[in-house]
Amino acid sequence: MDTNYVLRMNNISKEYYGTQVLKNINLSVAPGEIHALMGENGAGKSTLMNILFGMPVIHNTGGFDGTIEVDGVPVVIDSPHKAMELGIGMVHQEFMLLPGFTITENIKIGREISNPTFISRIFGKSLEKLDQKAMAKDAKKALDTIGLNIEEYTRVKGLPVGYMQFIEIAREIDKSGIKLLIFDEPTAVLTESEADRLLDTMRLLAKKGIAIIFITHRIDEVMAVTDSMTVLRDGSLVDRVLTKDVNPVRIAEMMIGRKVEKLLDDTDDNRTISSDDIILDIKNIEVKMPGERVRGVDLAIRRGEIFGIGGLAGQGKIGIPNGIMGLYETTGSITFDGNEIDPKILGDALKKGIANVSEDRRGVGLLLNESIEQNITFTAMQIQGKFLKNYGITKLYDKKQALEHAKNMIKTLDIRCTGPDQAVGRLSGGNQQKVCIARALTLTPKLLIVAEPTRGIDIGAKKLVIELLAKLNREQGLTIIMVSSELNELRSICDRIAIVAEGKIARILKPEDPDAEFGLAMSGVKQEVHKDE
Amino acid sequence: MKNNFFTYTKKQCSDLIKGIYSNKVVLMFLILCIFGISTTGKPLTYTISEVFSRFSRNTFLVLALIIPVLAGLGLNFGIVVGAMAAQIAIFFVVYWGLSGVSGLLLCILLSTPIAILFGYLTGALYNKTKGAEMISGMVLAYFADGLYYLLFLFILGGVIPINNETLMISGGVGVKNTIDLTGNLKYSLDNISMLILVRTILTLYFIVSFANLWVRKNKEGRTIQIIKLVLIPITFGITFIPMVSQFMGTDRLLLLDAITIACVIAIIYAVVKLISIRFIQKDKDTDINRLISILIVAVISYGLTYIPAIYDITLAVYLPVCTYAAIILLCGFNRWLLSTRLGQNMRTVGQSRTVANSAGINVNKTRIIAMCLSTVLASWGQIIYLQNLGTFSTYGAHTMVGQYAIAALLVGGASVQKANNKHAILGVILFHTLFVVAPLSASNLFGSALIGEYFRVFICYGVIALSLAMHAWKTLKKPEVAKGDK
Repeated sequence: MDTNYVLRMNNISKEYYGTQVLKNINLSVAPGEIHALMGENGAGKSTLMNILFGMPVIHNTGGFDGTIEVDGVPVVIDSPHKAMELGIGMVHQEFMLLPGFTITENIKIGREISNPTFISRIFGKSLEKLDQKAMAKDAKKALDTIGLNIEEYTRVKGLPVGYMQFIEIAREIDKSGIKLLIFDEPTAVLTESEADRLLDTMRLLAKKGIAIIFITHRIDEVMAVTDSMTVLRDGSLVDRVLTKDVNPVRIAEMMIGRKVEKLLDDTDDNRTISSDDIILDIKNIEVKMPGERVRGVDLAIRRGEIFGIGGLAGQGKIGIPNGIMGLYETTGSITFDGNEIDPKILGDALKKGIANVSEDRRGVGLLLNESIEQNITFTAMQIQGKFLKNYGITKLYDKKQALEHAKNMIKTLDIRCTGPDQAVGRLSGGNQQKVCIARALTLTPKLLIVAEPTRGIDIGAKKLVIELLAKLNREQGLTIIMVSSELNELRSICDRIAIVAEGKIARILKPEDPDAEFGLAMSGVKQEVHKDE
Repeated sequence: MKNNFFTYTKKQCSDLIKGIYSNKVVLMFLILCIFGISTTGKPLTYTISEVFSRFSRNTFLVLALIIPVLAGLGLNFGIVVGAMAAQIAIFFVVYWGLSGVSGLLLCILLSTPIAILFGYLTGALYNKTKGAEMISGMVLAYFADGLYYLLFLFILGGVIPINNETLMISGGVGVKNTIDLTGNLKYSLDNISMLILVRTILTLYFIVSFANLWVRKNKEGRTIQIIKLVLIPITFGITFIPMVSQFMGTDRLLLLDAITIACVIAIIYAVVKLISIRFIQKDKDTDINRLISILIVAVISYGLTYIPAIYDITLAVYLPVCTYAAIILLCGFNRWLLSTRLGQNMRTVGQSRTVANSAGINVNKTRIIAMCLSTVLASWGQIIYLQNLGTFSTYGAHTMVGQYAIAALLVGGASVQKANNKHAILGVILFHTLFVVAPLSASNLFGSALIGEYFRVFICYGVIALSLAMHAWKTLKKPEVAKGDK
């Protein structure tokens, strides 16, 4: 069957600094077709779209392999401008709108209609006078096309978010010769009714013969509106299927499914975890962390277990530990081992025995220019007054004791370094992570929270970190909450895994539960889904 | 119709009041000025004529700041380099012994390319320091100061031989502290008579219209063009009528006459427009409320001159016509620029560089153009300033230019992201009224003019600091709101 595709991307491969992020991807879209591009975070969707748009980031990192055809003609897209000329438009996730401009000015940005004047004839086109009337007329036409009833001379500032999305669309369709429109997670910021209208608009545009690539995580929307879809996983193509041939469970499996590499060898597990012995009881907390908002979460962590928190980026899983530690504005009640923790007091959780290993290792977690010894002892010194010698008038740092402790930690956690006085900035990612954990352990906590412990470290080090956490749990009975975007990691070590979506707990699953369950919980039907990073 | 017009007036008035109220800086200065004026112990005529002369001297410089604000470069502390370009030009013109109009023209001719070069360099620097333009501008001003000293203290005379005892320090290396412009450039712009101005403008307009008719490709509106071409020589002819040419032969215009002329022009403009909209185009949609309000305001302003107190003032103040014409032309230029594609690009860049970039606008180029324009205008502004002042302090004339101009703009209600002609004009009036009044009031009230002097310096820096702090505070607050709940 030989369809006329408006866009074909053949065998696209891309490497970033030796890491293969895309492997032989094919993507094809026919005119008037709504095509979904699906995949988890890091599956390669953004890279693929960057290639299609000729973004500088692609060319600055050595280009890509493969060919792109528009209307059957091979093309070279080396700048966003070229993509525009070929009739490819994009509705951005973050609004590319200027609040101080009117709707007309926003729609016509960079493509203003202007009339030549005497001066412009001498000094060039840039001094032509703008034809506000003609611009308003065009804007009105574009707004009418998508059925948005709004005065074109209103300023964008203060308009509801839903309108802004439509103005973006109006801007794209106002461009002459638009053939292909890309919607990058357009419904992520919309309310349900606004999202419905957006889907209607997409159908309308498709009827006019414009091809649409719809990037989203919401399976229900994909089922409702698309004709076909391409699913990516870990930079490779899973399949291109017609929507009518699949069901939501199958899509979830295609997105998540992968062979589970074992990160943890079987160990003796003689723990007894009782569902009545709750060490941390969180009731209805809300955390105002930008980009990772938590909107009312209840959790009960049992003593001695490893509890996983997973979910897509931007859904709020990172917000939970930051909220407990009081790093962002938090409301709700947190009871830890019988004590109330006030999240408004910074350090309250630390004092009461919760240690936290931050997800931002290099930013928040470590003092990069300081020595390993300083990094390990710092928090305990500040919070608990350890490693201090009391001289009556003043307390001074007890170098001897600190050094001994640091050496001890380096030995037990197997931190590869030249010695306790090495700057942590010089260590590898995995060893830096161990320093973070060593610091947390120095506090002798009853509960350890680790966020993204394996981010940015290689697979061997990953395994070591996971083993270390398991060892701490099994041998010392330490309760651990582990927050991670890597489902595989959570499933190899955790006893229970909570999946966060839209700032709320979607489901609490067992590691043995099937892939599809996880997939549906993450990108679930009926759930607001995530923003790409 | 009447009802309609009333609602329009009401809305405009309430907007004005709201605008003043929401802008506390303007309100504060208004109160300070009124208090100051009432306590000077000098006649009102004195204060007002002082303010008018300072207005003509400083406004051009302040107007030069508007374009960079629109292009998102913030308050351009770098206009100091523009002032330096002007001073270099003035030095050479004085050295070559040119005077009057020819000297002035040569000054402009010389300073413009220097200012364009400086503006380009400043723009290139700002492009490297995006987001920190204002502090770079300040530091740049100090750096340029050093180079300026090198040029005037060593290179002139030391490297370039200059034989002029009145200009140079005895010994021949380095320029004297002050250069007296009396007899060469002093009042060279202020003293151009109205007659010459009007005739020059008419000639230029004729040439432009003629060329326009010739270049224009489509034949639409040709008759209007031809009518214009006929009308211009007729107007030109009118200036040769003895009575008219006698009246226009002066270079200073009595304030009373200026108000009368402005009112007459406004009324004629409004009436002609009204007639053409109502009866020729029969256009019902166009808003004519604005025209009616222009008519009414013009009539009221004219009526006000019959009040004895105001009448006395209007008879005491003389305006240098050409300087005011230059200010009006620059206001017009700023407005015109905004209606062009380039102006729109500048506004886009000013609001968001990312959006501008994705819309295919060359951000860096646009910013450099904005800087060049601003620097050139600043250099012209400095020429106007110095020719009015009459003495040129070689090493000090430029140092405070940036601060004073910026403070004046901010007093008028402008901010780091928003500025227009109105802000500049209102700001200059308020700021310089305070400058005139503060030492007088202080010596009247406390017996020491110095207190007033301190006060006005304090005000100048205070206003800049306040505005920058508010800007920083706003930009800090913004991202949180944007990223917050939907």
